Amino acid sequence: MSSSTPDSEAASDRGASPPAALVVAGVSHRYGKRKALENVGFIVAQGSFSVLLGLNGAGKSTLFCLITRLFATQRGTVRIFGFDVNRAPSEALRRLGVVFQARTLDLDLTVMQNLSYHAALHGISGHQTKSRAGFALETVAMAGRAHDKARDLSGGQMRRVEIARALLHRPRMLLLDEPTAGLDIRARADILKHVRGLVAREGIGVLWATHLIDEIEPSDDVVVLHEGKILDHGNAAEIAARAGAAGIGPAFNALTGAAGFEGEPN
Amino acid sequence: MSGSTASSTPGAQGLGLAQYAICLKGIVWREALRYWHQRERFVSALVRPLVWLFIFAAGFRSVLGVSIIPPYDTYVLYEVYITPGLIAMIELFSGMQSSLSMVYDREMGNMRTLLVSPFPRWFLLTSKLAAGTAVSLAQVYAFLLVAYFWEIEPPTPWGYLTVLPALVLAGLMLGALGMLLSSLIKQLENFAGVMNFVIFPMFFASSALYPLWRVKEGSPWLATICELNPFTHAVELIRFALYEEINFLALAVVLGAAIVFLGAAIAAYDPSRGMLKRREGP
Repeated sequence: MSSSTPDSEAASDRGASPPAALVVAGVSHRYGKRKALENVGFIVAQGSFSVLLGLNGAGKSTLFCLITRLFATQRGTVRIFGFDVNRAPSEALRRLGVVFQARTLDLDLTVMQNLSYHAALHGISGHQTKSRAGFALETVAMAGRAHDKARDLSGGQMRRVEIARALLHRPRMLLLDEPTAGLDIRARADILKHVRGLVAREGIGVLWATHLIDEIEPSDDVVVLHEGKILDHGNAAEIAARAGAAGIGPAFNALTGAAGFEGEPN
Repeated sequence: MSGSTASSTPGAQGLGLAQYAICLKGIVWREALRYWHQRERFVSALVRPLVWLFIFAAGFRSVLGVSIIPPYDTYVLYEVYITPGLIAMIELFSGMQSSLSMVYDREMGNMRTLLVSPFPRWFLLTSKLAAGTAVSLAQVYAFLLVAYFWEIEPPTPWGYLTVLPALVLAGLMLGALGMLLSSLIKQLENFAGVMNFVIFPMFFASSALYPLWRVKEGSPWLATICELNPFTHAVELIRFALYEEINFLALAVVLGAAIVFLGAAIAAYDPSRGMLKRREGP
């Protein structure tokens, strides 16, 4: 039961205030000569729903690669519950759940087999996996499909399974890279509802990368990323007020100068 | 930079030996499951060497005589001579195919799910390599079974057992080479070229199809290339092991090459040093 994750808070909860779920500080990254990120910094508090808002090519994917340590940060630090991703990768990654933009389920395997594989990658034993998987599938309303092949699921269902999978090792921080890309309106709303539910019920910190304005609620924390730089950071309503705009959509347009950006589903 | 990381060894239990075992098992299990779902792969992996055995070797039996060279203490049929080469070919294809699946995994994002595991990357990659090798062993024994009915068998049944460590080692070496190549290839399409530039030269410039002394007669420089080719040593290691003997030179070369290839692959997949970084740039 108490093998790894549940005591994570106790482990990192040494100071007076609990560490933030995710801290990105002074991160810069370049591919050869091209700058992808420049001095990016923000915080995702525990139990908050934070949106990383940016157009395609803004640097969202690069930032995700750095947070998940696909490659090392060139400048700056990324910390997950106080653990530096580059210095204590194992500790950091153990506390992080990730849903990638690309579909990553094995289509030939069943939902349960996909989850078991992921559990093994986190060192979770066989019978623990069973109960955890059941529970995780329950939270995304996919419990009835455990023994179906991933191939037979709809796009939205696959995403929900991927969310369940990301929760198996009980991370307290969830990273989602454009999780609604390619889904229809209903599936989008559905995914959003499930993830917001996780934040409200379980107090999980979420970083949700998107370019879709209509996924943002006024109370969400928003990080506006444009061409590798953070243009504004704060509560969606505050950002709108600062930009003198009616809402986060017009505010984003004003900030980026992207005329006519409406945030329609792609 | 950040003082807070000094606390990276708190009360939270680390990943113990049991967790490592679970992880390794999970990776091997997934590879086996995937393989099970792609049975055509198994069939084609079996058909390829059998075509060589039944058609090529039968046709060349009378053309190519093989004199008595170790480990053989009598004249052997050409089919018998090329069997170790065909076994190594199975492992070569298998190693390249599992690296192909790594390129595919990377394109499909599956590689990302592997690499966000909290286990050290060298362990994840080595486990992946072990999984690929395990699958290739199944292919080799299926081939040996068919060959048995063609009356091609080691001198004693013990040969089937003594060849196992040689198969594991050769499989690891060829799989590690594939893994290294997979880190260097950007996209799946480039892989066909690698097949042509790696598999065929490795196979033909080796002792798989003809003994080295024969190559030497024809072309001394080609013989030198064959001697430098680690695939030659994989073949010889297997050839001797089937006869319950150890070819120490081959053992040393295969072991050394396996370590070098795997080390290079791990370095290539390392987040700070690796080639991934350069490649992932949009």
